[in-house]
Amino acid sequence: MTALLHVDNISKRFGGFVALDGIDLEVQPGERLGLIGPNGSGKSTLVNCICGTLRNETGSVRFDGQVIDGLAAHQRTHRGVARSFQLPRPFHSMSLADNLRIPLLYTVRAREGMLHAHSDLGARCDELLDLVGLAAKAKQIPRDLTQVEMRKLELARAMAAEPKLLIADESMAGLSHSEIDDILALLLRLNEQGITVILIEHIMSAVMSFSQRLAVLVSGKKIADGKPEDVVRDEHVVRAYIGQ
Amino acid sequence: MNTLSFSAIATAVGLAVLAFAQWLGLDYFYFAGYTILQFIVLATAWNILGGYCGYVNFGTAAFFGLGAYTTVFMYKLYPLPIPLLMLMSAVVCGIVGFGMGYLTLRLRGAFFSIATLAMAVVVQTLVINWDFVGGSRGAYILHPENLEFAGLKVNYIVYLFVLMLILAVVALASARAIERSQLGFGFATIRDDELAAEACGVPTLRLKLIATTLSGAFMGMAGAPFPYYIGYLQPQSAFALDYAVNSIAMPMIGGTTSWVGPLVGAVLLGSAQQYATVTISSAVNLLIVGLMLVAFVIIAPNGLIGLVQKRLRRGPP
Amino acid sequence: MDITWDLLANAIVAGLLLGGFYAAVTAGVSISFGMLDIVNIAHPAFIILGSYIAYFINIDFGIDPIVVSILVLPAFYALGALVYQVYYLSFEKRGQESLRGLAFFFGLLFVTEVSLILVFGVDYRYVEAAYIGPSIHIGLIELPLRMLVPCGVALVLFGALELFVTRTFIGRAIKAVSQDQLALQLMAADPIRIKRIAFGISIATASIAGALLVIIQPVEPSVGRDYIGRVFAICVLGGLGSLPGTLIAALLLGVVESLTATFYGPSWAPAVAFGLLLVTLAFRPAGLMGR
Repeated sequence: MTALLHVDNISKRFGGFVALDGIDLEVQPGERLGLIGPNGSGKSTLVNCICGTLRNETGSVRFDGQVIDGLAAHQRTHRGVARSFQLPRPFHSMSLADNLRIPLLYTVRAREGMLHAHSDLGARCDELLDLVGLAAKAKQIPRDLTQVEMRKLELARAMAAEPKLLIADESMAGLSHSEIDDILALLLRLNEQGITVILIEHIMSAVMSFSQRLAVLVSGKKIADGKPEDVVRDEHVVRAYIGQ
Repeated sequence: MNTLSFSAIATAVGLAVLAFAQWLGLDYFYFAGYTILQFIVLATAWNILGGYCGYVNFGTAAFFGLGAYTTVFMYKLYPLPIPLLMLMSAVVCGIVGFGMGYLTLRLRGAFFSIATLAMAVVVQTLVINWDFVGGSRGAYILHPENLEFAGLKVNYIVYLFVLMLILAVVALASARAIERSQLGFGFATIRDDELAAEACGVPTLRLKLIATTLSGAFMGMAGAPFPYYIGYLQPQSAFALDYAVNSIAMPMIGGTTSWVGPLVGAVLLGSAQQYATVTISSAVNLLIVGLMLVAFVIIAPNGLIGLVQKRLRRGPP
Repeated sequence: MDITWDLLANAIVAGLLLGGFYAAVTAGVSISFGMLDIVNIAHPAFIILGSYIAYFINIDFGIDPIVVSILVLPAFYALGALVYQVYYLSFEKRGQESLRGLAFFFGLLFVTEVSLILVFGVDYRYVEAAYIGPSIHIGLIELPLRMLVPCGVALVLFGALELFVTRTFIGRAIKAVSQDQLALQLMAADPIRIKRIAFGISIATASIAGALLVIIQPVEPSVGRDYIGRVFAICVLGGLGSLPGTLIAALLLGVVESLTATFYGPSWAPAVAFGLLLVTLAFRPAGLMGR
């Protein structure tokens, strides 16, 4: 089975600082991958390079069998890669419902053969907001939301793009236990529908219960990649991240 | 209200203004009115890229001047009726807008703005050194005092006034249509957060290019009749930086998020400047524009429209 | 042949002297735009303000313009700090610096220029000093003192700034704030205060640059507009945040402009800076020594 996402030896520097140093990563279709590592280890940079927000200097990224290195971020989203931002970036002049309408209009409708009537769009926005528990605030603007609610909006907006691969970048920071369970259940349901999920988190319990496979990033290098129960016992991982 | 109805209403308002002008019988009204209508077009055009997308263009003068010099060029070659010249200017400036956008829109907003300033000077320098259109010596554009329209004898300035009125209606209707369309929705995401817009699948470069091209085309159309209006055109007046400050100040003061803002700003600021020029001096009117720009940008970032909206939201006491 | 070499050599030397002066003019923007990310397009207006103050005091009291500019340094610094404070409260804090911040400075540019027109009129103004007029001759090369002295002062200014940024705590804090504001905060330095100091210094340099300008050429209020493009062209070409890069870019621009003016005529000179800027932005936005 060919991998859905194939990251091949990518590196990225900012001036003199090496953010990513030769990262290799494969994600199979339908897989649930957990990505962990200390702050500043390069997790978000990796996401940015996969999604096209940043350009990697070496190596290449293959998605769904095709090299996507030259593609702009919006083209990658059209191909089926969606992500939430670690620091939420809502469209602050629009209501929550309109925030979700954007990926519906520009990604879902832009894909060939998918046409929704205007009323369907509104219903779909409400449906998505309901999935993350924000249905009551559909007409409010992002400024009125709490940090936690903004993260949920981020996740809903990524889901709205109907991706093949969903990358959730620290969507659960600050959530209560029951809220974490809700989001995990949601991601699990999406996965059962066929969506591949990469979960980037610091909350170990969530990562362990969700991931089929776990990868660990430290200082721009991948130091472990395998079954979750094996990885957390790996001495390098314990030293670098868990046993701090 | 759809675009057609809006255009009809706007045209009716325009006709009312024209009727009022005829009744007044003052030539000055047409001259001053032309200037204000011109500002409405420039402010509206600027706002498509500036207010809707969040990209500040300092080079209004470049497009306006190019439009004016397209007319001069054709005048020396083979005089054409002004509406045709306006269309030509639209094409020329649209292409230039597209080209400039293609080179610079991939950069951050601040770099884009500086590039527009650079472009304005480059274009001006090219024109100054182009003898065919008169260079720095300037060019004289002659026109008949009156025109014949279906048996009616029309004063030339009235003709120019009507042309600019039509252009203003088209510009306002277009801006309004864009604002309410999916395109305008996409523009807003670019303004709010371009990175997030890209991640949501919005083709930001393509949309920005559309905005730049449209904006440039309208500015060029506003410039096309200018040589006929002024009679003697020099590069300094066609490419004056004053056009830049006005086309930025008017939407900022009126309000940048909707088509109403540039209209309000142009009418208010334009009238204020006309008054100042006549009663005090023309240097003072630029001081007024500058001061109002600074004041509004600090105190009322969403312009007059924003202030009104805040009042309405708070409700009657 | 002799005449051409003579012309060429003098054009290059004149360009280098001019370039040195341009470096002084750009130093302030190198700090405000290069390090603080503030697009202060009104900087040339502050320079012209400095020119007029130098002119005014020179004509009325006979004090050397450069000395005047140094005497009014504190006032310019205070002005810079005040402008930054307004900018910060109105725009940076609200996250609206891209659109409204730019419009703010553009408005300031106009207000300053028009105010000068209303007070001083549009006549060209000159200063008087002992070194305006005589030249030094070295072989074929003519070095007019009115260009040489400003160039020298400019290089001293530049050197002082470079030392400040690399050797003093506040200087290094300014460099740091351009790279990582959060880290700076964690080091118990107030980034807003640092930025205010930096912007104040940036405007203070305008005082000196203004005096140098009015020595080199006669000044009238709209002269500032010619410098907007030059200043940003040099900044971008040299690489944002790099003072040595700015110096090299300034010298380069000076030489190219001088050669253009000598061989193609002065009416093409304004396009040089702006054309160079467009080319750099289109093909190598990071500049020669960019971050």
